Amino acid sequence: MRLTVETSAARLVGRVSRAAGRGGGTTLPGKLLWKVDPAAMDALAARLPAGVALVSATNGKTTTSAMLARILGGRFQLAWNNSGANLASGVASTLLSARSADLGLLEVDEFALPEVMRRVEPRVVSLGNLFRDQLDRYGELEHIAERWREAVSDLSPTSMLVVNADDPLVADLADGRVRALRYGLDDPRLARSGLQHAADSKYCVRCGSPYEYAAAYVGHLGDYRCPACGHARPQLDVAARSIELEALDASAFDLVTPAGTARVRLPLPGLYNVYNALAATATALALDAPLDEIVAGLEGFTAAFGRFERIEAGDRQILILLIKNPAGANEAVRTLEEGGVPETLLIALNDRIADGRDVSWIWDVDFEPLFPKAQRLIVSGERAAELALRFTYAGFSPTQLEVIPDLREALDRGLALTPVGGALGVLPTYTAMLDLRAIAVSRGLVRPFWEETP
Amino acid sequence: MRIRVAHLYPDYLNIYADRGNIAVFERRAALRGHALEITGVAPGASLDPSSFDLIYVGGGQDREQALVAPDLAERGQLLRTAVDEGTALLAVCGGYQLLGRSYRGRDGSSMPGAGLFPLETVAGDRRLIGDVLLDVDLDGCTTTVAGFENHAGRTLLDPGAVPFGRVLAGHGNDGASRLEGCRVAAAIGTYLHGPLLPRNPVLADWLLARALEHAGGDGYLEPLADELERLAHVVSAGRARSRGGR
Repeated sequence: MRLTVETSAARLVGRVSRAAGRGGGTTLPGKLLWKVDPAAMDALAARLPAGVALVSATNGKTTTSAMLARILGGRFQLAWNNSGANLASGVASTLLSARSADLGLLEVDEFALPEVMRRVEPRVVSLGNLFRDQLDRYGELEHIAERWREAVSDLSPTSMLVVNADDPLVADLADGRVRALRYGLDDPRLARSGLQHAADSKYCVRCGSPYEYAAAYVGHLGDYRCPACGHARPQLDVAARSIELEALDASAFDLVTPAGTARVRLPLPGLYNVYNALAATATALALDAPLDEIVAGLEGFTAAFGRFERIEAGDRQILILLIKNPAGANEAVRTLEEGGVPETLLIALNDRIADGRDVSWIWDVDFEPLFPKAQRLIVSGERAAELALRFTYAGFSPTQLEVIPDLREALDRGLALTPVGGALGVLPTYTAMLDLRAIAVSRGLVRPFWEETP
Repeated sequence: MRIRVAHLYPDYLNIYADRGNIAVFERRAALRGHALEITGVAPGASLDPSSFDLIYVGGGQDREQALVAPDLAERGQLLRTAVDEGTALLAVCGGYQLLGRSYRGRDGSSMPGAGLFPLETVAGDRRLIGDVLLDVDLDGCTTTVAGFENHAGRTLLDPGAVPFGRVLAGHGNDGASRLEGCRVAAAIGTYLHGPLLPRNPVLADWLLARALEHAGGDGYLEPLADELERLAHVVSAGRARSRGGR
């Protein structure tokens, strides 16, 4: 009884908030509900006949969830938090507004995951990776891992646990578990020459010795083995082999699964997106999706908003690659490096809560490969000066650098410097990306995200 | 001149953009015609601190810090001698804690430190996180220093110990004393990262000057324009004033 009254109240807030034009009104009703009755989440989840799948990771959870939506959208009516509202209140909102849904597909913030796991009794939990991220907000990596470990130990033995075998800390969570699927890359040709500057989890989870890598793919993700105690990457259930990266357009690979092998052409650049595709595949398999539907879903996928988005701006293009922590930003840099660095780059750094108030992480990003190719660099956002210092102290010529804190002005300047038919490369932090998108919406270049369909 | 720099445990202690501090030393020295010669020191590697003009120790996550703590503690006597003889030193966050006398965990366990700084650190129940602004006096040169802090430890200076700065905004050593960091001769320990040096060029130059003196020079450094540095400092200081210590 209580649930009905309060949820209708919360639903009303959502309508009012959207009508008032407040950014899609995505979390206000959930915030209200979460505040009055957190246990309502349990009941809202329990009414979904096909259960709930949770997706968490430092990097890639939005893209992985969007891939899953594409794969599963034809088979299930989804309760999916596609707006990125991934805290407990956002989860509550999503469950609240999807009355006729039969499957919950929820991207969950790393810190909020244990609470959500405990409440929704998930059918599948997919854990992607742990990288250092916004230390001022999340605390240290080990702390998150410890919370995940406790949550996993309370997970019902009938729930499926999907883990990235290439991340030692994450793979270890499934150690000894029967209901588990482990995925990873199996193509040493694409390994990096060494670990990146800011690599995390370099030391054995069992004994503390440095791991040896037969192949390191993205940050500390790879085929690792401890020379001291023998702790090593587990056997892969789902893997990508014979990977071909096609510049800024796509990647193709053999998708090897217990249900068979298929060649997939994923219309997204970057090795990190192959990881996301593997996470989506393993999670979809756990939800009994057939392999041909998985392949079709991956091949028909378009980028989650702001992650790798092309926006047409008259006779020029804006190419947005979100950067939010060292590991993710390194992959954005690598994608541009391999696919072609635009002549003009706009990098925008904000320091609001969603970006992380501590901006020191920009120094852990390997931006240097962009320097020889970028003709012009515009730094913008509330902490533009810090970015300027990051680049000039690393040796980028001050004469090729412009400091324009206002995003609108920076975007105009960037487009003016971009030749007709060319692309302006934009690397924004999270709130800078939202602001840039809002500018694009106000100019009629894109639709707001809450009007988008999977 | 050649400035010899020892960077301690770069593979373990590098969490708060410590390489930014190194990059600042390198470039500001190069702009004045000096060259940095940087030696990374791994746990167990041989090190004679007195043969260096500048020593840098960064911050790490708990796990990495615990892995290097015993090694650093063993080097305590040599480090104290080097600092007595004029070697400059900068230790940030975890490195600062490990160079104190000891670190006491919440479970009561005690980890010995190198004993360079006369202080003790005790784990607190809530992390002290946020922007910080300090008032600092470097041998008569007064300046503000702006940065970001994120530490669970409460650092308590011994009576008579010299703090690095006084807290204008933010938490500082323990959230109560309004003191931040510690200074012994030309050795500075602080919780401030951000990284610390790009937006605080006066401090960077003070440390470089002490290192130059140790290398046998007169410690004079040609002033630089520092326009971007000042801009970054103003924004960071403003953040501390509006939201530090909360």
